[in-house]
Parts: sequence; C-alpha cells; structure tokens
Amino acid sequence: MSGRQRPEPVQIIKERRDKALRVLVGGIPYIRFLGIQFDRRGDELTAILPFDEKLIGNPFLPALHGGVTSAFLEITAMIELSWSGLWEEMETGTLDPRALDEAHLPRLPKTIDFTVDYLRSGLPRDAYARARVNRSGRRYASVHVEAWQDNRARLFAQATGHFLIPGREPRG
Amino acid sequence: MTDPSPAQRFIDAIPHAKALGLELIQIADGKAVMAMPYSEALIGDPATGVIAGGAVSALMDTCCGAAVMSYPGARGTATLDLRIDYMRAAKPGQRITARAECFHATRTVAFVRATAHDEDEGLPVATASGAFTMETSSGRPEAKS
Repeated sequence: MSGRQRPEPVQIIKERRDKALRVLVGGIPYIRFLGIQFDRRGDELTAILPFDEKLIGNPFLPALHGGVTSAFLEITAMIELSWSGLWEEMETGTLDPRALDEAHLPRLPKTIDFTVDYLRSGLPRDAYARARVNRSGRRYASVHVEAWQDNRARLFAQATGHFLIPGREPRG
Repeated sequence: MTDPSPAQRFIDAIPHAKALGLELIQIADGKAVMAMPYSEALIGDPATGVIAGGAVSALMDTCCGAAVMSYPGARGTATLDLRIDYMRAAKPGQRITARAECFHATRTVAFVRATAHDEDEGLPVATASGAFTMETSSGRPEAKS
C-alpha cells in the first residue's frame, strides 16, 4: 500500500559504514605509524592512540611527545572532516561505498593551519580524541578537537584547525 | 656542531625523535636546526606521497623545544601552545629541515618561531610559532600535571 521501502538490515548498513571508514583510515601510512585506531558509534568517531614506547617525548617524566599529541589531534580532525563528508554522501546515496577501495580513496582535506593548546603532559597510557566540525563551507572548514586520557572531563590537549576541502568526487 | 649541551643529549634520548629519524644539525644560544628524512611510513596522503602534516608538526615541536633548551640558563621545557601554518606540500622524497629560534624568554616562558623547508630553500613548507615553559636553575614553574 505504501511506497515506503523496508529499512535495510542493520548488518548491511553497519558493514557499509565500517568499510568506508576502513578504506578512509587504512590507506594512510602515517596513521599506521602512530598506531591510531577509530571507533565508530553511528556517525560519531573516537580516535584511539594506544600507548607505545616510541610515542614518548620526555623519557624522564615520562610523557608523550608534544608532536605526537599534535599529530594525533590533527589526524583526528582531518578524518572527522573527511568522514562527515563521506557520511553525508553515503546517506544521500550520492556515493556508493562499494566504489571505494585502495585505488579509489576519498580525497583528503589539506591543513591550512593548526593550533594546539597543551593543557597537561600526556601520560604514558592510551589517549582518546574526538573532533567537531564547527563550520564546513564549500571550500574551508574549521574543526575543533579535544584529547583526553583517563578522564573525559580532564583534557590534556585541544586544538583548532582550518582545512581546505577537496572536490567531493573520489579520486581515481 | 657546537657544545654537547643538555639539549643534544636530550634529543638523543627522545624515543619519538628516534622513531622519526630526526637529526640534530646545529644547536646553540636559543637556535636549533633539525632534519627529518623522507620515509614512506610518514606519508599522510597516499595518492601523492606527501608527508603527513602531523609529522612536520612533530619535527617543528622537537626543533622548537631544542631551541628553548639551548637558550642560556634553560634546564627544561614543555610546549604550552604551538601554531603551524602549512604553506605548501613538501616534495615527496625530500628531507625536511626545520630551523627554530627562541627569540625571547622570561624566567618562566619562552617564545619561539620556526620554519620548515624541503630541499627547495625558497618558500617554506610550513612556519610555526609557539610558547613553551621555561625551567631555569633559579626555579621551576608550576608543574603541568
């Protein structure tokens, strides 16, 4: 009686979204170098930086390297921005995630500037980060990102960056 | 290369600087020059082979910290704030060299700026400016934890 389609099975939707995220993240060697992983809950991403000795900047404290913290935040901001674009395209059907693979990766935003505010030293344990796209226009985006360790309310660093948004079509 | 300052030893002992393959080229009186060799592990954009911005930030941060450590009287430092502006993509295959200068320091705060170039010495790949904590022998600033 109605033209309303039956919703797709949850597993199919999940697989499609997880695959798109895997392709986006898995293609970037530097993410592997730092060991960053992404956890997805619906459209929300949490970046995880599992502790590793090679991330240490001050062996006497010990503390995470400030550059690692900055890189972790920048990667989180950049992936969040790409992901929010991909998500929209998947939801509106303009992008078929099956067309995404290692040879057809989504184009990544370019960082224009990135400012990191170091609030406390990074402890030698896992770190987490979430980014929020505050504004995303046709060309430019402003993204804020927060990182914490044991306690979500006690940030150890936060950052704001501006990015140049690439053309929406995947690169072939 | 000038005196084996605390900064020189400090850099040799930084695990992440080692992971990036950083090389300290010059350090003295609040100035440091440091290089990062090109490595496929540091690629941020697989389609072009360009090094990740984050790796350039890590190089800049380390170089700025080294500049502060070589400032007369400095005993320790940590980054408070660092801003990086990315002017252009670094050429794939080329090493990146950062030059940092601590141009002013009080007993508690050091102000630093830096540039990063690939093998083309014209337009920098990136510039940075930041504020760092300054620990001097006369007193330690408030611990950040």
